[in-house]
Amino acid sequence: MSDLARLLVDASSLAPQVDALFWFMVALCGTVAAAVVWAVLYYSVRYRRGSNADRSGEPSTSIPVELAWTGIPAVLFIGVFIWSLFVFVKMRTPPANAQTIYIVAKQWMWKAQHPGGQREINTLHVPIGVPIRLTMTSEDVIHSFYVPAFRVKQDVLPGRYTQLWFMATKLGDFNLFCAEYCGLDHAKMGGHIIVMRPPEYARWLDGNAASGTLAAQGAILFRSHGCSGCHSPDAAIHAPDLNELYGQTVHLADGSAVIADERYLRDAILLPNQRTVAGYKPLMPSFSGQLSEEELLALIAYLKSTVESHHDHD
Amino acid sequence: MTTIDAAFYREGGLRSWLTTHDHKRIAILYALGITFYFLLGGAAATMIRLNLVNPAGSLLSAETYNKTFTFHGVVMVWFFLIPSIPTTLGNFLLPLMIGARDVAFPRLNLASWYLYMAGGLFTVAALLAGGVDTGWTFYTPFSTMFSNTHVYLVVIGVFVTGFASILTGVNFIVTVHTLRMPGMTWFRLPLFVWTMYAVSLVMVLATPVLAMTLALIALERLAHLGIFDPALGGDPLLFQHLFWFYSHPAVYIMILPAMGVVSEIIPCFVRRRIFGYRFMTYSILAITVIGFMVWGHHMFVAGQSMYASLLFSILSFVVAVPSAIKVFNWTATLRKGAITFEAPMLYALGFIGLFMLGGLTGLMLAAPALDIPLTDTYFVVAHFHYVMVGGSVMAYLGGLHYWWPKITGRLYSESWARAAAILMFFGFNLTFFPQYVLGYEGMPRRYHSYLPDFQALNVLSSAGASILALAYLMPIAYLLWSLRAGQPAGNNPWNARGLEWQTSSPPPEENFRHQPVVREAYAYDEAAP
Amino acid sequence: MTAAAQVADQYDDAGQQRYAATLGMWVFLATEILFFGVLFASYAALRFQYDQGFAVASRHTDMLLGTLETGVLLTSSSLIALAVRAVRLNERRSAVTLMAATAALGLTFLVMHGFEYYKEYTEHLIPGIDFSQPGVHAHAVELFFCLYYCITGFHSLHVAIGVVVISTLAVRVARGSFGPHRYTFPELAALYWHLVDIIWIFVFPLLYLIGRGG
Repeated sequence: MSDLARLLVDASSLAPQVDALFWFMVALCGTVAAAVVWAVLYYSVRYRRGSNADRSGEPSTSIPVELAWTGIPAVLFIGVFIWSLFVFVKMRTPPANAQTIYIVAKQWMWKAQHPGGQREINTLHVPIGVPIRLTMTSEDVIHSFYVPAFRVKQDVLPGRYTQLWFMATKLGDFNLFCAEYCGLDHAKMGGHIIVMRPPEYARWLDGNAASGTLAAQGAILFRSHGCSGCHSPDAAIHAPDLNELYGQTVHLADGSAVIADERYLRDAILLPNQRTVAGYKPLMPSFSGQLSEEELLALIAYLKSTVESHHDHD
Repeated sequence: MTTIDAAFYREGGLRSWLTTHDHKRIAILYALGITFYFLLGGAAATMIRLNLVNPAGSLLSAETYNKTFTFHGVVMVWFFLIPSIPTTLGNFLLPLMIGARDVAFPRLNLASWYLYMAGGLFTVAALLAGGVDTGWTFYTPFSTMFSNTHVYLVVIGVFVTGFASILTGVNFIVTVHTLRMPGMTWFRLPLFVWTMYAVSLVMVLATPVLAMTLALIALERLAHLGIFDPALGGDPLLFQHLFWFYSHPAVYIMILPAMGVVSEIIPCFVRRRIFGYRFMTYSILAITVIGFMVWGHHMFVAGQSMYASLLFSILSFVVAVPSAIKVFNWTATLRKGAITFEAPMLYALGFIGLFMLGGLTGLMLAAPALDIPLTDTYFVVAHFHYVMVGGSVMAYLGGLHYWWPKITGRLYSESWARAAAILMFFGFNLTFFPQYVLGYEGMPRRYHSYLPDFQALNVLSSAGASILALAYLMPIAYLLWSLRAGQPAGNNPWNARGLEWQTSSPPPEENFRHQPVVREAYAYDEAAP
Repeated sequence: MTAAAQVADQYDDAGQQRYAATLGMWVFLATEILFFGVLFASYAALRFQYDQGFAVASRHTDMLLGTLETGVLLTSSSLIALAVRAVRLNERRSAVTLMAATAALGLTFLVMHGFEYYKEYTEHLIPGIDFSQPGVHAHAVELFFCLYYCITGFHSLHVAIGVVVISTLAVRVARGSFGPHRYTFPELAALYWHLVDIIWIFVFPLLYLIGRGG
């Protein structure tokens, strides 16, 4: 069973919390199952035909008994639900200081882009003890990012961003699987998560330095695709200023308001005039089909960096 | 002319069978179809388990493996599990149990069988000729834009079979409402009838959603409609919602009839009335209603909102309560009985154990915090096989053994039947229990090859599967043998209390020569001729 | 002269048989609603995402024809109700006339839809066959028309089935197969026709009117 011990390693901050709930449920369900099996076996022996057990005076229904075994499981289940609720909400809520890494899935590989511009395929290097938030999308079908040792999984969908977060707590090399069936080589669409000490991670980042950070790559795209031609303060065409836009509330022409998150920015680039910003004309051309998923993420990283650099100055 | 015809029907020429309106004969036609599809689906399962004996999956290519598990899923779900108990035991017993001469629409009943067989043969032909590699769940956009296999044909086959399901449901609902004999009030109905009624409601209300959704998949492939395709602005999660709106209640189509069968078998061999009859009926209704509101628990990691997930989670916990009530009531029925352990009883006890394990692990999956790591792994595969195979198939076989003397008028070999039931129980656990562990270790489902770490448990599972395969083949042999050599069963070989046992075995075409009278649930008087 | 009801073996009497048939029809109609329910749910989900696009797309539909079609269907529904009444009163001639009129109105509905489809074809509005639209909402318009054709197509299929059923019914009424004691089948056909009508009452505002408010 050394296999088991190795595979079941709990390597993220969430894993022990999930495991606690899991083993509690195993114990609870095991107790219930054992009790029922024991009762079945006991009655089967005691009341087998021909035994001389007392069979008198047993009603064929009893409302208090029925209510008891309706109510007790119900209360237990609600209790488990509440416990699970807390763990689940934690799993779905990345800490504010989480570092973002972008993942693009395609048949049948995982591509990762670090904020520093480093790229890797089917491998993801992360530092230990640092919350990591993955923003993920797919170029084709639905995939699912699954790291058993971290107890995390999230489907990766084409046409939208999903996110997942974890904080690795153990060093080493952990399996990454695709968990949503995605075609021919679904079984081979795996990889490794390599958890390193921060200094080693920094060294790894340096050793794989790309031509500029992801935000810098995005800034280049921002100019080469002509975005800057309109979205700059001195442009002739009146377009919204995108500096420090990320995370802000955007008021739309139809009176509603949205937060400018990654999903909003993505939609605004690909389907710009579907939701016009209040006070502007729907003039922007769609960039659908002109930007790859990776380029889109670089652009978004650039737009986010305008906020981060501002905060650095504070 | 009528005498010649009557002789012709008694002889059972093929034509008389293929044009019969008798619910009992239609039930037997269904049983043949179901056995045929079960063997096909079982052959696919055998290929899957053989392939997974070694980590490289060297028996089948990845493409063939993907088509094989799709074949297994499609055939087992739509052509075996969903029709299994309702169309065979249900068709045979429903009119008998309520004292009717037939179902309300006998011709429609036969038409359902033709739709079922046509849809099934069409699907199987498509699956064998070219194959489909989408999995039985047909997730978009893979099924619409990326798979280049015969998705159309299979979707059409399932669509046609869906109508068979709907028409059976309509037929049963109307039969229960209109053809109960005098005195057979709702709370005197046998529990099996209650489950048939509930399952018919689910068939009628859920199946159209599947049919229409699959039609949209076909249209989307044909005309690139884009309703489910993100590249065209559509929404793949919409597909999943619609699909599971059917496919989760479909689980109850599979398990409710199994509960009904077990609720008939246990009182017979315990020689006591079922404990808590009323609560048993309430729990059937609760499962039926709440079962329609939990489909989103299949989508905790799919990208639906956190709040939706929490709502679906708590409803999933709630739907487990009535199932628990049923398990406790069956157990309580054993108390103070005079129990014997004929083959049907062994199947029923096996059902309680396996269904309970499947249900309890389902409870774990209802908690999103546990579902996140466990979903789409072998843990889920083990969970639903415990419910559907350990639950539904065990109950189907239990019911088949229990009513075999009534259906055929013959007794089978009791010792062979007990041996098969016991072998099946152990073979089943050996096959599927290791899959729980595999899933917790993190082995994803639908993998043609896997990491060598997972091999030991996979080999164990495959070994169990070979025992299970043997155990499934045994009843086919000794049940067929009983038709030739079995002892005549008599009207009521088990001394059971149900109304179906008050007539001859097999029953005459009009079911009862003399109309019996109901005193209360499971208590009938013989009427004067 | 009217045909008496024949009672099938499984029923005790004609009343039970009619009750069974009627209940069967109602249950079947429930399944019909769920068939359409998938399309309406898809419509709701996508309209929620593309509200402006759907409003724009809705303006491409033919308001005049849509309104006329609504009138035609509603009229036909009342005619079939009168036809069933005529059967029960043994007024065979007027029953046949009313049923023929119902079928004719159904046919008119289909022809009008045909004109609509043709007009949309010339305007390049049919996804999968010929779709090209200018403007920022083009893809939402395309999705709208995907649903438009699924919904109206599926509905028209029901109308076509209804026309066939009611025509056959008219012939059988003319031959005297139904009467005051045997009217289950006409009544069920009318139920079906009313459902087709009611579904249209939901289709019409969702597809034709939403973009025209305000």
